[in-house]
Amino acid sequence: MSIIVGKNTKVITQGITGKSGEFHTKLSHEYAPRFVGGVTPGKGGTTHIGLPVFDTVKDAREKTGANASMIFVPPPFAADAILEAIAAEIETIVCITEGIPVLDMIPVKKALERSKKSKLIGPNCPGIITPGECKIGIMPGHIHKRGKIGIISKSGTLTYESVGQTTALGLGQTTCIGIGGDPIGGMSYIELLQMFEEDPETEGIIMIGEIGGDLEIRAAEFVKSNIKKPVAGFIAGQTAPKGKRMGHAGAIISGSHGTAAEKMEAMRSAGITVAEAPSDIGKAIAAALNRKRL
Amino acid sequence: MNIHEYQAKALFALNGVPVPEGYFAASPLEAEFAYRRLGGPIAVVKAQVHAGGRGKGGGVKLVKSAEECFNISKNMLGMTLITPQTGPEGKLVRKLYIEAGSNIEKEFYLAMLVDRDTATIAIMFSTEGGMDIEEVAAKTPEKIVTVNVDPTTGLQGYHLRNLSFAMKLNKDQTKELHALIPKLYTMFLKYDFSLLEINPLVWTKEGKFIAIDGKMNFDENALFRHKDIAAMRDYDEEDAREVEAAKYGLNYIGLDGNIGCLVNGAGLAMATMDIIKHCGGTPANFLDVGGGATEEMVTNAFRILFSDARVKAVFVNIFGGIMRCDVIANAVVNAAKALGLKLPLVVRLEGTNVELGKEILKNSGLKIIPADNMEDGAKKAVAAAK
Repeated sequence: MSIIVGKNTKVITQGITGKSGEFHTKLSHEYAPRFVGGVTPGKGGTTHIGLPVFDTVKDAREKTGANASMIFVPPPFAADAILEAIAAEIETIVCITEGIPVLDMIPVKKALERSKKSKLIGPNCPGIITPGECKIGIMPGHIHKRGKIGIISKSGTLTYESVGQTTALGLGQTTCIGIGGDPIGGMSYIELLQMFEEDPETEGIIMIGEIGGDLEIRAAEFVKSNIKKPVAGFIAGQTAPKGKRMGHAGAIISGSHGTAAEKMEAMRSAGITVAEAPSDIGKAIAAALNRKRL
Repeated sequence: MNIHEYQAKALFALNGVPVPEGYFAASPLEAEFAYRRLGGPIAVVKAQVHAGGRGKGGGVKLVKSAEECFNISKNMLGMTLITPQTGPEGKLVRKLYIEAGSNIEKEFYLAMLVDRDTATIAIMFSTEGGMDIEEVAAKTPEKIVTVNVDPTTGLQGYHLRNLSFAMKLNKDQTKELHALIPKLYTMFLKYDFSLLEINPLVWTKEGKFIAIDGKMNFDENALFRHKDIAAMRDYDEEDAREVEAAKYGLNYIGLDGNIGCLVNGAGLAMATMDIIKHCGGTPANFLDVGGGATEEMVTNAFRILFSDARVKAVFVNIFGGIMRCDVIANAVVNAAKALGLKLPLVVRLEGTNVELGKEILKNSGLKIIPADNMEDGAKKAVAAAK
């Protein structure tokens, strides 16, 4: 079954005429032909890389029936782009942009809470992929293999590691979602864990986190009480020094909160098989699948 | 981005937040002049470094004469100030702030920060000012009150009342706090703060609130729209390697180990540091070249890694999504040729255009150690660094 995106997803790209927007729309559409158009204000009525371009998301949705949007808009304007997609009632909004000012995301968060229709993935994320059916984002399609593992991760390239490892082990993936590394964003672990729990095709789940905040700790608590399927996890940044921002805006350890050690401990207590090294993530989910969770 | 106390005081003053009179000084003579301008018998000489706990390390001293101010300043400038927050290597004191003493009746604590969980601005207020707030939170949490303000609905009267009633302020203190907080809140949003901390926020004998200290941290992502804030960056307070890296658009943090890392993606970069440690080595740095890295950026990254005397081996770990393996392979080869390859170089490539990338490395004529996967690469780098 997979979750959120699949054969019936129709995607538009906000920022389709920009360099990154164009490049990744092309690659994603080549992987699985789900793209139906793009939005660049002022270029409505033209065609770009074979797809119709519209001035507004509202227009694009009306003319194409799009139910998803991939956002490649620069940081100063990205929150506006997300809000536009929410207003147009796009169901699945995937924002790739890194560097959005934190305060800009607060109205976005509130708009998402009020919206009955829209869900946001990201920002500052690689996107979402259901292998073989739909790719919305920058992940390299060829490393994926349709299979049985759902993956939720804050990191882009670290997700690819897990994908590579699970593909090599023959386990494959149902859907992989990068939730992004920013302090304030869209869908997070808990909501996605529940979706994977309810997805008949997903047999095991991998959770990849990193230092900063306590999302992973709350997710671990949720796993303990709500998830019966085998879960494996990894937390990046065990060697990160306190107080420094390690790339992702959200990856700052302050005080004793948000350390890798704390999160790994919380995950272990929840029955999650924790990989000590990033090269062991595939092995961890394989072990979790073979073992009965207590 | 952090700024100094003296800059924070300027920002406070420009936004209607009361601060004591004070003057910047970078030499003992300027410090004496500052003392004389202040006119009062008592002044405070404060080291300006991007770290808290200065008092504990001797970075805050009371002076009672111009001569004393001169001498104390002379000793403080050029000292290595070690505080619980600087780490054992401490920070070199290059700048001072000479401030008027205040008639302190009571010290409070006030801070504002973005609460990521609730997507609100959290305002924390405590009667236990002048202390380590984390200790207060641990030992006497009832002495701290926190209210969360949703910026889309705004700061309301009840937020202010919750703060003042919880800390049992008297009528005058309540009136003053209710006038002060909206100013700070407006500042917070206006300049895209990450953290605004006043410790202590002093209630004076004259019946006013005054910010005796100010710690300000700004959202790096928002600096593009705050050139005036960005202009206050003090490169002396930042790791020289990090400053260099930032010039080239590289996300770099210097550490203490001997294996230089070049990775695409922050999560993978952190995981690379982790796996090096796991394999018994020590990472020299965190470095995320990002998805849009150019050959120039990679060359500059190599330059920084090669020029770090601690680095004994370099590990390039790339899983290409946006980043194409052939681009990075060409960049690695050209950089190595341009700078001269004097250190062992382990390169692990995977992802977009991986086969093309591997070919480029193989045909380069350079002694590059290829790795099949991350663990293999880390092990080889650790072995090469020994």
